[in-house]
Amino acid sequence: MGRRATPEVNAGSMADIAFLLLIFFLVTTTIEKDKGIARQLPPKQDEQPPVDIKEKNIFVVTVNKENQILADNELMDIQDIRAAAISFLDNGGDGTCSYCKGEKDLASSDNPEKAIITVKSDRETSYKTYIQVQNELVAAYNFLRDRESERLFGFKFTKVKSAIATGDFKGNEERAQTKLKEIQALFPMKLSEAEAKKSQ
Amino acid sequence: MSKFNKKKGGELPAVNTASLPDIVFMLLFFFMVVTVLRKDNMLVQQKLPKADQVEKLKKDRSVFIYAGKPSSRYKEKFGTEGKIQIGDKYTDINSLEFALSEARTKLIPELQGKVVVGLKVDEQTNVGLLQDIKEKLRDLNMVKIIYITAPGNDVQQ
Repeated sequence: MGRRATPEVNAGSMADIAFLLLIFFLVTTTIEKDKGIARQLPPKQDEQPPVDIKEKNIFVVTVNKENQILADNELMDIQDIRAAAISFLDNGGDGTCSYCKGEKDLASSDNPEKAIITVKSDRETSYKTYIQVQNELVAAYNFLRDRESERLFGFKFTKVKSAIATGDFKGNEERAQTKLKEIQALFPMKLSEAEAKKSQ
Repeated sequence: MSKFNKKKGGELPAVNTASLPDIVFMLLFFFMVVTVLRKDNMLVQQKLPKADQVEKLKKDRSVFIYAGKPSSRYKEKFGTEGKIQIGDKYTDINSLEFALSEARTKLIPELQGKVVVGLKVDEQTNVGLLQDIKEKLRDLNMVKIIYITAPGNDVQQ
């Protein structure tokens, strides 16, 4: 009679308790996946050296406070921005760009190296339109980069880039990185932003 | 003969639920680990614009700036003009510098030089407010920004 066996704890309700907690965490969990359009702002400079850029090498997209879009002096719908940007970047007017498939229009950009896209916006432009425009312009670059990487290496630029970012890439990552750099050099992203002007 | 009689009670045997708590606990721990309780209390509206040409944000090196109109329950007190929020309080454009450097000190030291600013801006905000923020960020030399967007695209191709 030295020791009495401790009575067994009834663990039948354990599952209920655990379920309760589980449901609480299920409900409160928001697996956040923040994604967005990355940009690098120009560094602060006291005086900006004047740069000579030919007017034909700049593609100006202006968004006014009514959220109307003027691209290359033409009133345009948001749907047409992507195609217009692609034909501008892919133009290859001076013939130095061997991979360009554009119209070789002399009045448009010389080559992708020199082509610059500028977004001008009003202070009262809505952020939604602003992001839509930015998204379409990035899409234009991605389209061209995809096209070139498929031609040269047989993979899609954007797919490989996101695979590396998420860590899903199978194969030699370093070699893929250098390939991505090559493609980026073919169509360097030159998106500049003018300061928003005050609306009258 | 008695051998055959055993089968008489034709009910299904009860499923053994002894391992149910274990399974549930496993799920529970999974969700407990992945849950990030939202730290910042939203004071501004946050309906992010949609975009599909996006990159992933590196969370460990980012500070967030929220901007938008005050949420409906703060409307009476703060009006409907676009406002900036850092952490869980409203911030004036002029005190952005202080609030941002404070937010930066919360990151681990190795990554403080590579800080990325995540801009969570409501789609109804004016670009002017964004412009002011960007101007301040340039002054602070925090030039890497990311416009955080919702997945999807409104533009029909």
